[in-house]
Amino acid sequence: MKKIFGYPNSLTVNPTHYCPGCTHGTIHRLVAESLDELGLRERAVGIAPVGCSVLAYNYFNCDMFEASHGRAPAVATGAKRCRPDLIVFTYQGDGDLASIGMAEIVHAANRGEKITVIFVNNAIYGMTGGQMAPTTMPGQVTTTCPAGRNPSHEGYPIRVVELLSTLRTPAFIARAAAHTPLHVIEAKRVIREAFRLQAEDVCFSMVEVLSTCPTNWGLTPSEANKWLQENMVPYYPLGVLKRPDVDETPIPEVAASLKGA
Amino acid sequence: MAKVLMKGCEAIGEAAVRAGCRNFFGYPITPQTEVPEYLAKRLPEVGGLFVQAESEVAAINMLYGAAGVGKRVLTSSSSPGISLMAEGVSYIATCHLPVVLVNIVRAGPGLGGILPAQSDYLQATKGHGHGDYKLVVLAPSSVQEAVDLMYEAFDLADHYLTPVMVMGDGMIGQMMEPVEIPPMRDLDDLPAKPWAITGAKGRKPNIVNSLYLSEVACNANNWKMKEKYDEIVKREKRSETYGCDGEKLDVLIVAYGTMARICNTAMAEVVASDKQKRIGLFRPITLWPYPYEALAKEAEKAKQILVVEMSTGQMVEDVQLAVLGSRPIDFYGLTGGLVPSPDDVADKLRKILT
Amino acid sequence: MQTEVIMSGFGGQGLMMIGKLLAYAGLEEGKEVTWLPSYGPEMRGGTANCTVVVGDRPIGSPLISSPKAAVVMNQPSLEKFAPTLKKNGILVINSSMIPINSDRDDLRSFRIKANDIAAELGNRRSANLVMLGAYIGMEEAVTHETILKAIEKTFEKKPQFVEVNCKTFMEGYELAKAGKSDD
Repeated sequence: MKKIFGYPNSLTVNPTHYCPGCTHGTIHRLVAESLDELGLRERAVGIAPVGCSVLAYNYFNCDMFEASHGRAPAVATGAKRCRPDLIVFTYQGDGDLASIGMAEIVHAANRGEKITVIFVNNAIYGMTGGQMAPTTMPGQVTTTCPAGRNPSHEGYPIRVVELLSTLRTPAFIARAAAHTPLHVIEAKRVIREAFRLQAEDVCFSMVEVLSTCPTNWGLTPSEANKWLQENMVPYYPLGVLKRPDVDETPIPEVAASLKGA
Repeated sequence: MAKVLMKGCEAIGEAAVRAGCRNFFGYPITPQTEVPEYLAKRLPEVGGLFVQAESEVAAINMLYGAAGVGKRVLTSSSSPGISLMAEGVSYIATCHLPVVLVNIVRAGPGLGGILPAQSDYLQATKGHGHGDYKLVVLAPSSVQEAVDLMYEAFDLADHYLTPVMVMGDGMIGQMMEPVEIPPMRDLDDLPAKPWAITGAKGRKPNIVNSLYLSEVACNANNWKMKEKYDEIVKREKRSETYGCDGEKLDVLIVAYGTMARICNTAMAEVVASDKQKRIGLFRPITLWPYPYEALAKEAEKAKQILVVEMSTGQMVEDVQLAVLGSRPIDFYGLTGGLVPSPDDVADKLRKILT
Repeated sequence: MQTEVIMSGFGGQGLMMIGKLLAYAGLEEGKEVTWLPSYGPEMRGGTANCTVVVGDRPIGSPLISSPKAAVVMNQPSLEKFAPTLKKNGILVINSSMIPINSDRDDLRSFRIKANDIAAELGNRRSANLVMLGAYIGMEEAVTHETILKAIEKTFEKKPQFVEVNCKTFMEGYELAKAGKSDD
């Protein structure tokens, strides 16, 4: 019998602690498949954040750091600068990257660190139990904005990848989503592209992946997928926002598939 | 080797290079900025790496990454910056990573001032970041000693897999003195680091992590750290004495860093004007581990003890622990960047002696 | 034998530099030396000083509360350091900029028009070297020959200044040796 589907080599065979319907597991797999396909696992170094994916070092089958809250891009800088032959990626949530770690991500991107950043945006703090994140949607109820996020008090959600795309330093910056099979396929393409660019020593690369949190959103997984499509996608448009200057030509299949999304 | 005249901060930078450190991450802050400035020029000459971080918070986490991949790495800062690094140092210590930190202490608390102080003693030796960890703290009193301790700090860090701090006051950083620079370490001779993050090729993944959700595992790691600290306490205590050769002392001064040199001059001044007086000086070189036993031994000769610091009296606590109430302890200190002069200390000594 | 001198003036007058020359010369002669600057926001314009100690034996405090000599290039420095000098201490005063004297009569004071002399000799920026020359003329903490060597080494990359700087230094040195104070 021919095996046609299995664990990627870059994932350990461990059950994850993620909630039912959470997209972290899917995104882990996309990263692992990319590492496998590009033959990078033996050089790969992952950096886990503080947040729901704090235990990612148990799930990726490569060398791993666990960083302090928000500082993964700084840890990645130290590792990559000292060992440019390693393939260094951070895996961070929205509280970690867009709140406490905003300085580190902006400066790592601006220095053009040749690392890959996987930014999982589910519009809420998951691990601590559903508090407001910088990416929480206007009107969205969380435990620390029980009446819904009020932009006149809390400002509007931060569009991180747009913000980083204004930097002059060459980079590959994209936003994808993980709530439908089609979106997952597209997310895989950009994640793989991000790793390819690092492997070819081209530039800083980052993919934001819109993600669901059924538990803290108080929705079933399928309701959560629908909520993401209706509320997040219009505010956080999908696509490749920035490419390194050395390669200004769009990647046609990515552009085409995103148009249909 | 011939001596060269060097500013403390620059000599510290050169000593790090000689010790085999090729990686520096840091952020400018007075009065230690000459360390990064020196290394920004020097490291590229030896194929090394210099990165100016966006903050001290980022810098210490870059050290975490660099030490994690097995490299000798240094940062340098001054008091407020060291406070910002505390969280990162706690992670580094918990992960058993070797790094070297330099703190050229300035006046505090708060933004304080940029002039010399010794007011980070308790932070460095008792607290700093959260959790059950310790910093090895080395306190040079001359530019030469700063060089020698820097050179050794990397070996201590690698041997014990722990962060080591070289703590000087602003005077050490800014002063020029002739120094003999140690030879260049052969990078091929540096200790192997099989635990390092180097890519999981042909082996199981290495993980650098300080999260222990299992209380049993967390407890075990804390005791593993404690065992290491006990070993350091047993082996690494260092101190020097001056004028303590006789059987009896009227006063034993306890001071560290440049303050000890100032006290040494004050002591000579007082003895020169009154040959009957017997004054000794005890200078801890390791502030942690503190040389309690050596101090207790010298204190036995003394009628009383005078602690002199550029703080409101932080090391006094350790002196109390060393003598356990057996001798009266007096204190003299100035803060805020005021440095007790030899005359100030001599006046205080004369007051005690009458 | 230990000499201690404070060199003080406005930031930019080159006090740090003559302090370093003295320290380099001390090292060159195999002596123990320390050079301790005042540091801070007064890098330009405010008062700046450094303390240089040269001795035969290891130096205790690099910080000197009552030095044996002071080289002052502006009036605030005179007012600040003259009162701290040891009895019979040396006070070298830049009389181009300081009209007054110290009211102490237990000092060996020497006045010299450092700015005027430097300008006459062709490099107005070397008034500091005139002052250093006068100090070495008063007290040979190191020999004047070693200072001349230190000047040559320091200005290696600007050789056009070596001759005039040595000349201004020697002018201060000889005036002090001859006791020709500008009183």
